[in-house]
Amino acid sequence: MNKTGWIDRRSLLAAAGATIAAPAVVRAQAKSLKIALMLPRSGFFAQAGQSCYRGALASPKVLSDLGYNVEIVHIDTESSNDVSRTQAEKAINDGAQCVIGAFESGNTIAIAQVCEQRKVPLICNIASAPQLTSQGYQYLVRNFMSGPGLVTNGLKLIGEVSKAANMEFKTAVFLHSNDTFGTAQAQAMEKIFPTLNMPFKIVESIAYDPKAQDLSVEVTKVRGINPDLLLIVTRAGDAIKLTRDMVRQKFQPKAIMSPGSPGLYDQEFFDAVHEYADGFIYNLPWFNVKSQMTQALEASFKATNPKNRFDLDGFNVGFTFEALLIAADAFKRAGTGEGEPLMKAIKATNIKDHVMIGGPIMFNEKGDNPNIGSAAVQNIGQKPTVVYPADVAVAKPILPFPAWQGRK
Amino acid sequence: MSFSLYLEVLSQGVLTGLVYGLMALGLSVIFGVVRVVNFAHGEFAVLAMYCAFVLFGLAHVDPIVASIPLAIAFFLLGYAMQRGMVQPFVTRPQHEQFILLVGVALVITNGLLLAFGPESKHVDLPYSFDSYEISGALIDKVRVYGAAAALAVTAALFAFFRFTATGTAIRAAADNLTGAAVVGLDVKRLYAISFGLGLACVGAAGSIMMALTDMTPMLAPSLTLLAFTIVIVGGLGSMTGALAGGLLIGVAEAVASLVVSPAVKSMVSFGLLVLVLALRPQGLFGKAES
Repeated sequence: MNKTGWIDRRSLLAAAGATIAAPAVVRAQAKSLKIALMLPRSGFFAQAGQSCYRGALASPKVLSDLGYNVEIVHIDTESSNDVSRTQAEKAINDGAQCVIGAFESGNTIAIAQVCEQRKVPLICNIASAPQLTSQGYQYLVRNFMSGPGLVTNGLKLIGEVSKAANMEFKTAVFLHSNDTFGTAQAQAMEKIFPTLNMPFKIVESIAYDPKAQDLSVEVTKVRGINPDLLLIVTRAGDAIKLTRDMVRQKFQPKAIMSPGSPGLYDQEFFDAVHEYADGFIYNLPWFNVKSQMTQALEASFKATNPKNRFDLDGFNVGFTFEALLIAADAFKRAGTGEGEPLMKAIKATNIKDHVMIGGPIMFNEKGDNPNIGSAAVQNIGQKPTVVYPADVAVAKPILPFPAWQGRK
Repeated sequence: MSFSLYLEVLSQGVLTGLVYGLMALGLSVIFGVVRVVNFAHGEFAVLAMYCAFVLFGLAHVDPIVASIPLAIAFFLLGYAMQRGMVQPFVTRPQHEQFILLVGVALVITNGLLLAFGPESKHVDLPYSFDSYEISGALIDKVRVYGAAAALAVTAALFAFFRFTATGTAIRAAADNLTGAAVVGLDVKRLYAISFGLGLACVGAAGSIMMALTDMTPMLAPSLTLLAFTIVIVGGLGSMTGALAGGLLIGVAEAVASLVVSPAVKSMVSFGLLVLVLALRPQGLFGKAES
């Protein structure tokens, strides 16, 4: 038999060996970074997860225009810690060189444990639990504020906004969800509030289950105390329930402010409570409308998500984009997707032009970005509007809280 | 804290409890007669919520009004489901029944996820934000309407079982299956009607709940758990027990939230469950097994 054109046994073995060895070689020489983007796109945090996802859809065009090349694998954590853990394992087994996520602190902690074991960098887009960067993880950075940072900035802004609006508060009730985020915020509040010499007193701190069918009893309880100021830490779902019950019970404090939590700027919140969304103030890291990169991201967002509003999604979109930007930038500098050099490059990040308010993106020894700034944002005309600090504000804060009655 | 605030909280607990009770009633009716535990109960409630949502979107039908046509539609669905799917499993081991109904639950949840996505849905009713003021106490309008509707459906169901020949026959079959078969009752038909009535309850309850709260497909397991807690506290198979269990859980959660902390709501329900299981395993209104 003529063997020409046939593969002999040796060639076959060599080819097989090359195939087996290929992934490592390909990985080392890859031209794009394979990123597993893990978000809670279903389950309790679905609304926020979907919002971040829309940001991920808008990001590749902007990154590509900046000369970066990434391959994003979208993964749903189902808002579950267990699913987050198993999906992180699967994503890394499938070749993910970097993980980004996961909006919720509990889910992110579950992913962090896997990434640490597998030596794959994890970049937190949004997650504030302090333990994320205080437990010595070597393969984790967070481009977001920790709970104490959010609370400190949030409380300071409450003082400044009330001063700017000539409004005095003597008493406050702190109403917060009892999930990982809400509990972390409550702990931070307990620790930080006494150190800031605020002009009001927190007379009661009330924890609630954000998955409860309604929050009527919680609101009744707050009404019984009748504070000047209601401080809230919510998600979109419970912010809706809370607003409905406050309107029904005609509970009207001088101000309702969040020292740093989501929910009040979400599309879902505006869709559900309409004109009753107005008046709430939340102090958070926010996107810088004056940044060119924000404008480019907004243009791409409009093209990829024509049915959604950038002003409502901007917080989630901005931080998700920045996490992708950090990964892409580090990959470009490291020249490889291998865990150790990539992580080293991520830790050496120094990005001056970006989307969110604040200084250059860089990380301290713990893995936190110390340069993130906060702004006071108020819902005015059913639109999140920056009202403080003055240099980034586009309107003045409206206080006291507008009456519920007569809004229709 | 003033008396009117306590009155408010108590009334909120009672009104919510009535809707909970109606939902749990469906589970109790099915188990009491067919002896099959509907592990897809919460999923059917959520399915009813989505049906109410669609009806509202298409024709602006108030979910509380929609509870009537949905109760009828879910009765037919339950009747057909029992005849076509559940009947062969009635005599099979409980774990096989469990697998069947968990399968149904998964199909419903994932079907809803595919059709509607994971975001929460709500309906904008003109009275969503309104309340009645009675002696200084503020009572939500939507909750009053919902509870009234739940009470009407429950009363209709009790009347059916008490005053109609079919209702009497179903009770006879539930009490003594062999005796019912011996006197010539069509037990399979009675089972199908019972399953239909169980789903009619959950259809009506789901529709009413759409007016009270937002929903997502992922809400279903918590509703199944809630229904189980209520019927176990009230007595599995007892209709009065389901209603009383709903009221008890609703009031206990509300009062505990006010007196202790809102965060202990679930702990109170499950604490009651544990207490009842320890002291009266058949539930408050259940019959002890001889």
